[in-house]
Parts: sequence; C-alpha cells; structure tokens
Amino acid sequence: MANIISDETIEYVGILAKLELSEEEKEAAKKDMGRMLDYIDKLGELDTEGVEPMSHVFAVQNVFREDVVTNGDMREEMLQNAPGEKDGMFMVPRTFE
Amino acid sequence: MAKQYETVIGLEVHVELATKTKIFCGCSTAFGGAPNTHTCPVCTGMPGSLPVLNKKVLEYAVAVGLATNCTITRYCKFDRKNYFYPDNPQNYQISQLYLPICRDGGVEIETAAGKKTVGIHEIHMEEDAGKLIHDEWEDCSLVDYNRSGVPLIEIVSEPDMRSAEEVIAYLEKLRMMIQYLGASDCKLQEGSMRADVNLSVREAGAAGFGTRTEMKNLNSFRAITNAIEGERERQIELLEAGKKVVQETRRWDDAKGESYAMRSKEDAQDYRYFPDPDLVPVAVSDEWLAQIKAAQPEFRTEKMARYQAEYDIPDYDIEIITASKRMADLFEETVKLCGQPKKVSNWLMGETLRLLKEKGMEPEDIRFSPEHLAGLIRLTDEKAINSTVAKEVFEMMFEEDIDPEKYVEEKGLKTVSDEGALRRAVEDVISANPKSVEDYRNGKEKAIGFLVGQTMKAMKGKAEPGMVNRLLKELL
Amino acid sequence: MDLRKLTAAGLAAKIKAKEVSVMQAVQTVFDVMEEWEGLYHCYVTVDREAVLRKAEEIQRCIGSGELTGPLAGVPVAVKDNLCTKGLLTTCSSKILGNFIPTYTAEAVRNLEKAGALVIGKTNMDEFAMGSTTETSAYGVTRNPWDADRVPGGSSGGSAAAVAAEECFAALGSDTGGSIRQPASFCGVVGMKPTYGTVSRYGLIAYGSSLDQIGPIAKDVTDCAVLLEAIASHDEKDSTSVPRKDTDFTSALTEDVQGMRIGIPRDYFGSGLDADVAEAVRGAAGVLAEKGAVVEEFDLSLVEYAVPAYYTIAAAEASSNLERFDGIKYGYRTGEYAGLHHMYKKSRSEGFGAEVKRRIMLGSFVLSSGYYDAYYLKALKVKALIKKAFDRAFSNYDLILGPVAPTTAPKLGESLTDPVKMYLGDIYTIAVNLAGLPAVSLPCGKDAAGLPVGLQLIGDCFQEKTVIRAAYTYEKARGEFGTPFAESGSVTVPEGKEG
Repeated sequence: MANIISDETIEYVGILAKLELSEEEKEAAKKDMGRMLDYIDKLGELDTEGVEPMSHVFAVQNVFREDVVTNGDMREEMLQNAPGEKDGMFMVPRTFE
Repeated sequence: MAKQYETVIGLEVHVELATKTKIFCGCSTAFGGAPNTHTCPVCTGMPGSLPVLNKKVLEYAVAVGLATNCTITRYCKFDRKNYFYPDNPQNYQISQLYLPICRDGGVEIETAAGKKTVGIHEIHMEEDAGKLIHDEWEDCSLVDYNRSGVPLIEIVSEPDMRSAEEVIAYLEKLRMMIQYLGASDCKLQEGSMRADVNLSVREAGAAGFGTRTEMKNLNSFRAITNAIEGERERQIELLEAGKKVVQETRRWDDAKGESYAMRSKEDAQDYRYFPDPDLVPVAVSDEWLAQIKAAQPEFRTEKMARYQAEYDIPDYDIEIITASKRMADLFEETVKLCGQPKKVSNWLMGETLRLLKEKGMEPEDIRFSPEHLAGLIRLTDEKAINSTVAKEVFEMMFEEDIDPEKYVEEKGLKTVSDEGALRRAVEDVISANPKSVEDYRNGKEKAIGFLVGQTMKAMKGKAEPGMVNRLLKELL
Repeated sequence: MDLRKLTAAGLAAKIKAKEVSVMQAVQTVFDVMEEWEGLYHCYVTVDREAVLRKAEEIQRCIGSGELTGPLAGVPVAVKDNLCTKGLLTTCSSKILGNFIPTYTAEAVRNLEKAGALVIGKTNMDEFAMGSTTETSAYGVTRNPWDADRVPGGSSGGSAAAVAAEECFAALGSDTGGSIRQPASFCGVVGMKPTYGTVSRYGLIAYGSSLDQIGPIAKDVTDCAVLLEAIASHDEKDSTSVPRKDTDFTSALTEDVQGMRIGIPRDYFGSGLDADVAEAVRGAAGVLAEKGAVVEEFDLSLVEYAVPAYYTIAAAEASSNLERFDGIKYGYRTGEYAGLHHMYKKSRSEGFGAEVKRRIMLGSFVLSSGYYDAYYLKALKVKALIKKAFDRAFSNYDLILGPVAPTTAPKLGESLTDPVKMYLGDIYTIAVNLAGLPAVSLPCGKDAAGLPVGLQLIGDCFQEKTVIRAAYTYEKARGEFGTPFAESGSVTVPEGKEG
C-alpha cells in the first residue's frame, strides 16, 4: 500500500468530519482510506495540464430568485423534529464558556 | 532606547444587505419576528432543500464593488465553507473563496495625517448565521434561525491602515458609501455592519509583516479603537519579552478592556472550501453591468456640488448634511415639500444634531418624516406657534414622529392670534403690575421684558412675543 | 384478471375505464405485501391507513373528473431519500430514524399530480451509499429472483418492489448507477435522465452534482410515462434545466432504422462475466437486425471513472451530510459532555460504517493540502471523461453496453472489500460524471437464471433516442417474465419457507 494513513491523520479527519471512531474502527479506516487513496492515485497517470476543472456538467448560469417574500411561518411543524426545543428555539449544549 | 513599532491593520467588514428576503430563500429578513418564524427548509438546513440566489444580493454586491473602484468578476461562483456550529444549520456556510464577485479596489480616506488610499482585496457574498442565546436556567444554548441566510457582503481590505484613526476613517467612508447606495443601513450596534480587525506590529522601517491576530466582537467605533490600542500593546509586550505572537482569533471584551483567544482543539480551522454543486455560476454581462452602473445613485461629492448650486445654505451645512444619506434624503424631501432650504437646514443642523448627540444616536436612527418636518415649518411660518412651542413639538416629533399639526391642535398649543383676547391679557398684566408699569414709564426700558414674560405666562406660552410687545407699548 | 401482472400504464387505463377501482389496485398490492414483504423487505415505511384514505380520495377525484392524469390511481413506491410531507423519511439511516419532513419532494409532487398514489417508502443503501441495499440500517432487501441474493443498490427496495409486484412502478435515485444496477439485478427497467431534468428539491443529497431521480418500472412504456410525469423545470432547484422536449412517451416507437450505435470495446475487457457479455452482445444483434448500425469503438478513460467518481461523490457527501448533527432533527445521542462531543457521538452512532467511510474519505480529499491533488484532479478527469463522451456522440446516436460486470451477487459477498464493490459500478458511473441519460432493461439471464441488464446511453437531452431504442428492443425481445412467471413459485432460501 502506497498511502500509509497515520493515527494523527485519522484523528484529524475525525475532528473535521465530527466522527468519533473506536480503536477497531480507526484501524479499519486507516486501511480503507489507504486503499482508496492508492486507487484514486491512478488519476495521477492522466495528464490534466491545462484542463479546466469541471464542477457543473452544463453551462447553466444566472439562476436567480426575485427579492420577494414567499415563505410564511412554519416553525411548529419544523420544531417537531427537534431533539431539544425551548421557547420556539432549538436547544443545544451550551456554546459559551 | 526603546524600539519604535508600527501597527499594521487590515479589516474584514461584514455588511448585512438591505434586501427584503434572505440570500437563498424567500424568507423575510425583517427584524423583530418571534424566534424561528422567519425560517423555511432552506435556511434551517432541512434535508433535501436547495438554495437559489436572490438577484438583488448580486446587484447590491456589484454596486458596492463599483463604488469602491473594484474590478467586477464577470464569472463568479459560490463555495462551501465547512465548519460545525449550531448557528450554522447546514454546518457549511455558502460563501465565495475562489471567484469572489469583486476584487482589487480601494477607497480614499482623510485623517489628520492627510489623504491615503486603503486597498480593497476583495468583496464576496455570503450568508449570515443564526443567533445563539444562552439559557442560564437550563444551562444550554438556544438557536434562532431568523437571521440564518440573511445576505452579507464581506469587504476585505489590504493591510494598509496604520492607526485606529485610519481604521475609523475607512469604516466611516465605507458606511457612508453603502448607505448612499441604499445597500445597507450599516449600524454597528445592531450588527448590520461588523468589523473584524487583523493586526500585527513590526519594528519601524521593517519590510516584512509581523504575525497577525484577528479580533472579533467589535460593535462600536469605541470598541474598535480600544481593541486596536489594547492588541497593539499586548503584541509589543510579547515581542519585548522575547516571546512570539501566535496567529489566532481573539474575542474582544470591551467591558473588561481585554481580549482572549477563541481556541479549541475542536477548531481545526480547515474549512475544506469547494464549489457549491447546488448553485450555478453567475455571469455578469456588459449590459447588466452598465444597468447597475446607471442605477448608481448620486454620491456625496456630486451631491455637495449640486447643493451649492441649488440651495442657498452655508457650505458648512452642506458638509454636515451630506455626510449622511439619511440626513441628505430628509433634507431634500422636506425642501421639496416646503420650499425653504434654509429653514430645513436650520432644523437639521440645530435641534436634530443636538438631540442625536444627546441621545447617542446616528442620523440613520432618525424617525421623523419629511412631511412632519415640513408641517412644523409651515406652523412656524404661519406664526401658528412660536419658537419655544416649536422646539417642544419638534422634540415630540423626534421621539415618536407625531404629526405636528394634529399635536398642536390636540394640545391646544396654537398661538392666540385673537387680538381681543391678547389685549385683555395685556390689560390684566398692566393692572396687576403697577410697579413695573411705573418703572417703564420712568424710562426703565428693561421693565417691559418682565411684562412680556408675565403676559406669555398668562397665555401659557401660546402668544407671539412680538405681538405682546407691540400691544404693551401701545397700551402703555 | 390478475391485476398483479398489469403495468402501471395498463392499470391506469383500466382504472380510467372503470374496470378496476383504485381500492382494488391498492388491495392487490397489500395482498402481495402480505405474502412476500416479510421475506423481501422492500419497504421501510408503509402507512396503510393513510394509503387507504388517499385511495378513496383519488377514486373520488377520478369519478368527478378532477383527476385525469396518466397515472391516476396507480400505486407507486418512492425511495426513502425523497422527502414526503408528514411521512417518515429515513434514507435507511438510524440518524433520520424519526424524521418527518415538512414538505414533499418536487418529483413526488409531480408524480402525485399525475394521479399516482404513493404507497410507501422503499429501502435503500444508507444515504444511497452502496450497491446492494445491505448498508440499510433497517435490514437488507432480498432479490425476488433469488432471495439469497442482493437486489442491487442503492435503489434496491424500489427495484425489488417492482419485480416482486409490491407496487406498479417506483422512483429511485441514481448517483453512480443506483437506478440502473438494481433494475438490472431485479429484471426490471430503470432510467436515469439527463442531469437537471428532474428537480432534486426534496431529494436528500448524496453527491449533488451527480444525483438524479428516475423511474423504475416493469417496462419501457411505464418508464417513459413516469419520467414524463416527474420531469419539470423547478425554480427551487438552481441546477434544474428548462426543457421543452419532455414528452417522452412520444418516443415509444419501434424504429431504430439507421440509428448509429457504438459499443465501447473497453467495456468488454476482463472482469466482465461471460454470460453478461453474451446477453448484451445478443441484444446488440437484435437492434442491428432491426436496422441499427452497430459497431465497436474505443471510448477510453473507462478505468479512471471510478476513482474520479469516488473522490467527487465522497467530497460532496462529506459536506452534504454535515447537517445531520443532532440539533434540528434526527438522532441525538443520549449522553455527552458538551457540544462537540454531542456532535461526534450522535454522528458516530447515527451513521453506518459505509457512510462513515465515505465521509472520512471526502473530508480528507477536501482538507488543506490535498484539495488540488485529489478533488481538483478528479474534476479535471471528469472534464476529460465528458470530452470522451462528446467525441463518441459525434459518431454515434447511442452507446450500448452492460450495466454491471455480473448478475446479482449473494448477500454478504460484496461489503468486505470496498474497492472491489466500487469497481462493480464501472459501467454506470461515467454516465453520472457526464450527466447523460441512460436506461437499463433486461436482455437475458445467466446460467443461474438471474436477469442480465442492457444499458443504453444517450447524449445529453437525448432521452427520446434512448427510449426509442429501448422500446424497439423490448418489443423484439418479447416478454421477459417475472420471478413468479413460469412456475408460480420462487426460489426461497433454505429455512425461509413460509
């Protein structure tokens, strides 16, 4: 395997992705990610010098909304899905120290 | 000898745009709604929802770019900035990194040190976050997404400023331009204009830059000035002690007059920007750009020249009035209604400025309408009220935008122009104050002042002092 | 009359002619479910009472003449990544185990406007990440042709439900083959339209630049009818393309005279099962007999599509799935120490292994220092692949090939080696990268009697060419049959009888 994924990398990606892996999962993730990256490295065989990266397949552009209020109040329906709710707001663990 | 240090400052200024709806959905941007009542699947990050760009946001951003001499990016895109925080419902913010709408501009500022240009690196469009409220009772935080998705532009300056004075001049210049464009009301206290300060220090004469920090939570010009002074001191102390400045984000606590680092091991500061696949690119055509250019309003310099030509008011008044778009609009609209520029200017320069200062308000906070100011001027022109009453009425107008004509009528403040009634009052005063009458008749000119005062008192202030004076002289 | 055997269009005609009631149609589906759902497990959610209420209402609207749509009264199934107002929508994930959308996906609304009755939400690979429907948090779906085998994925529940006659047609979504491959494994017809043809509003995103919703049905006609119903220009989806040529049923004609069909030589290399190759070549022969000009050519870049796809899809997915954080909806872990711990625990417990694998990979390829080497490189390769298709379509009207290298594998065989599983998508993935329309339809069976799929790929916006060729082939092929057709019984795994 050409790509060796370190513990630090897995730890770091876990912080970015907000995932907490068990030791066992970490080992599996290191192996899987290494293999996937080896495979993705195949793209390096292609000369892409001067090729414009393509994020959209079609040249659709300038799609806009007019500045007109169209939405009403749908708070109650929405809050029914909230794991924690108080006073019409979403309840979350404290964010201030 | 102690080393000399130079402060190097760049600003990131966020401005909330004055659109009716949010940047990517049809929710209202109005203030004051109950929590989460101005939300929809898009601005609360519901699964399956998709963003569609508000055209007005782009037009405002381009207008600000043109006003600040930027190059408009003719093909721009939106990118996702990924980070987890509860006020950010998708856990990514839609912003622009790779192709921002405006680049390479600048504005000229003037301070005691003279004129200089502050470069603008770029202006990009992005969405605002929701609001977090701390609940002490439950020891948790509560999220309100009413502000989530409100359109912002972020104006990123070059590190061209060297003092708090220059920073304030730059912010005032930006604010005035943006207010002139009608793109935002730019109120620091309410957060519709927010400035983050990037600051580093270096030894005077050094070529390179020192390590910078970014300071947030600055919601007044005073806080900005204090934070700049405080951070400059802090960095110099570190350097003098042989320590290093750490590149970090710091939060300014204006009450305590100090800043602290907003560090967390969960903050990787790696935003993994990539082009948002849910939004399509924006191409600004020549025609569209020309349209936006044509729709640009008259800016201050042009306005000042026009005022000098059109209105017979002092240059000093023109300078003050045009310094604020709100003030200038109020002036012009009122003049249109009453045709008396000098009188309108007097009200603005006198009572209005006095009350603004007294109450610590900005011209943008003025509530009274041009119709009502014109009404008040009409009342004084008709001598329906005297100047003391007029000032009283104006204060009420300033507070609550009352209709002066109605108010004067309801409160019975109209000057008594019935000469009979006034004559009777004067006669009463004369007979009740024989001593003063005698003094006057003996050549004590000043005694008449007392008699006028007494008459005014008897008339509860609703008399024209000139008329009282004339009647007194006549009857004596 | 056995209602089970009717196609969606056939049933709609009978309902319109008042030969069959909506309630009878629904009851037929419920009867099949009673018999087979316990084994196949095509659905995550079926709200029978709501369906019955809705059936009555639809019948009333048909009677009063208010509802005249082409699918009036037809029970259809919808993949569980399409939002349905008031009805549980899980993406087959624990993290959305209790999520009730406040709105209905545009494609589903369009289907309902055409008169269709949504009967339930079908099982899928969690967040559409998988090719077997085994990554669902709610149990596997079995292939009606052989219950020991997978139905394919990620729209495995939709394909199996159509094959098992537990609905008359279904919607799936296709990010890298997720409609075509399960349709192929289950012996039904599945179509992925040109990117932007069907609104993605309300489709819970996996890879936004690749996702498209499409029909899975019993035949090409039903596919065209459904696609015509769901295609629309939606102002709520910025990537939705305004099109005037969405009258897809007009292309249901038997005519391939002079149609130029190219077969990529590079699709028939090693790794392709011999039975599959033979069935697909046989289908090409049928089209040639009907007057098409069929020849082989080199498409090129075939082996680069899979790594480019997994880089782009994982990157987009890592961002799209950030919103599942235990705050606004869905699963929140029971105990935690502070905000970030709540995020991590909720997500780690709420997502399955394959989803986490792709989120990790996606976060990595976008992270500082790797963006250019991986993500940007993949976008450049995508541009090259699109160019290769452009070149091919300057010579051919249609590209013909297999859907998958093999027929349906046994349950539990695929997940052990992710790279090997990803390679199973080699023939379908490039179509998503290039935004092209493609159909999968049955063209034979392998030695074990399992269906083999034929893939027909059109140039952008050329669905009609695809439909015309598919329809012509289907007519020439004749009845394909169903898992139940010949003997009236099915292969039931040991110990699963009854």
